[in-house]
Amino acid sequence: MGMTITEKILAAHAGLEEVVSGQLINAKLDMVLANDVTAPVSIREFPKLGKASVFDKSKVALVPDHFAPNKDIQSAEQTKIMRDFARKHEIENYFEIGQMGIEHCLLPEQGLTLPGDCIIGADSHTCTYGAVGAFATGVGSTDLAAALATGQAWFRVPESLKFHLFGDLQAWVGGKDLILYIIGKIGVDGARYQAMEFTGETITNLSMDNRFTICNMAIEAGAKNGIIAPDAKTLEYVNARAKRDYKVYQSDANAKYLQVFEIDAATIEPQIAFPHLPENTRSVKEATHVKLDQVVIGSCTNGRLEDLRAAANVLKGKKVHREIRLLVFPGTQQIYRNALAEGIIDALVEAGAAVSTPTCGPCLGGHMGILAKGERALATTNRNFVGRMGHPESEVYLSNPVVAAASAILGRIASPEEVR
Amino acid sequence: MIGQGKAWKFGNDVDTDLIIPARYLNTSEPSALAQHCMEDADPTFPNKVGEGDIIVAGKNFGCGSSREHAPIAIKAAGVACVIAGSFARIFYRNALNIGLPIFESPEAAEKIQEGDLLEVNEASGQITNLTRKETYQAVPFPPFMQELIKAGGLVAYVAGKGEQ
Repeated sequence: MGMTITEKILAAHAGLEEVVSGQLINAKLDMVLANDVTAPVSIREFPKLGKASVFDKSKVALVPDHFAPNKDIQSAEQTKIMRDFARKHEIENYFEIGQMGIEHCLLPEQGLTLPGDCIIGADSHTCTYGAVGAFATGVGSTDLAAALATGQAWFRVPESLKFHLFGDLQAWVGGKDLILYIIGKIGVDGARYQAMEFTGETITNLSMDNRFTICNMAIEAGAKNGIIAPDAKTLEYVNARAKRDYKVYQSDANAKYLQVFEIDAATIEPQIAFPHLPENTRSVKEATHVKLDQVVIGSCTNGRLEDLRAAANVLKGKKVHREIRLLVFPGTQQIYRNALAEGIIDALVEAGAAVSTPTCGPCLGGHMGILAKGERALATTNRNFVGRMGHPESEVYLSNPVVAAASAILGRIASPEEVR
Repeated sequence: MIGQGKAWKFGNDVDTDLIIPARYLNTSEPSALAQHCMEDADPTFPNKVGEGDIIVAGKNFGCGSSREHAPIAIKAAGVACVIAGSFARIFYRNALNIGLPIFESPEAAEKIQEGDLLEVNEASGQITNLTRKETYQAVPFPPFMQELIKAGGLVAYVAGKGEQ
């Protein structure tokens, strides 16, 4: 029986020749991640596990990105718990403010997530790393505490869903629109407990930044992981960053899928997810009546260099609408510097954007752009749940970066066509 | 056996931001989190929920973030267990890991109404609706998982095993 890429990676890390969906396995981990919100809970549990040190200080990453630079005394105390732990255990991949980035932009950029890896993170968007051909999934703080101690985690091998995308993309359409479209089709629990594997010529033609966006949002369909098998683009990306060996896996031609979705990507228009679930998707054309107060460009979903570049190209020489606050969050310090060198930051600031240091910030309603009662935001982030960006009676709409940029200019949800 | 508890009803796709909004995640103290449990779904919930009450919801309960603060907040609010049509993956794992009993039963999720008095048998997975005189069947957890929940979660369970 053939195996999917997800099954092959899990089998290899469990020391097995073969696994099948539904099987419970214990797997060795290549990277274990937590942040300033989730790590403190793990660190509180860690001493109870009776281990003096973490399983491997080179395979742990701790990133203060959610409420950091700290927004208040309590979050400063939480971050300090993680910082003290990182120093005590000599965690090699602790990233202090100034080197820090949004974790799911930062780890791949640093070459810490490689093809064939088995990774867990105490953050649901850990599934982002599937874009380099790794198995990566989000867990809670207790699972993470156990992994810090043992370097292992148990999994139920997920069934795989295959999404085969073909056709050339329309103008202004990117990875964000593809994944929003898919979530709109299958729903926020359409891939619950399952692996989402993305294949086809449309995926092959996508850049790595766009692939990260797709795998990042697999969790919004309830998936355990999202994954794209490595190709020449993947290898070019990881070879420039990897400091250790890795292994490339591909799905077998006779691998078993629970379901195969054939998607004609050429028909997909820029997508908007309406409040309060990512599955409430419509074409941007059906959303141009929505007036906005704030536009956010950034996050682990769309805070990479290509995202900022595309937004800046729309905003260049134009001005942000006088009733709009446009907030931009580069994903990492390196992305920030590259954007500076390219003139992207200058174009954004000249247009009237407020550009921040990397942080999750308003994506989860933490800080740096909280909404008041009744306010409405369009964001390139990943969730539009009730109260996600502030007041429970505020609203969040989701889009790609070029739609966000055009909307910032017109003060309402808009297609980039309208500002050309 | 989980004692008798009053049902509090919620809809489908209750996400972790509804269970515990991120604005309160600058602490991980269970008692502090409990004060805001389910707040954005029902602002009065933290005040009216009683010890031993039961949350009943539709499909995909706990979707969204991996924050373990969500089941911690529910447990610390005194909720005895959660019954739902289905659970999101990470929440499911987190709930068991911190010792919050959860039961999957689409029938129970549909038929139970707010305020119904319920009794849940952890060992058999049988849910009795004392108000409506109905019973529903959830798949019970295997004995080791029941032990794990009883111990208070994975860490306490593992630590307890080590001492034996």
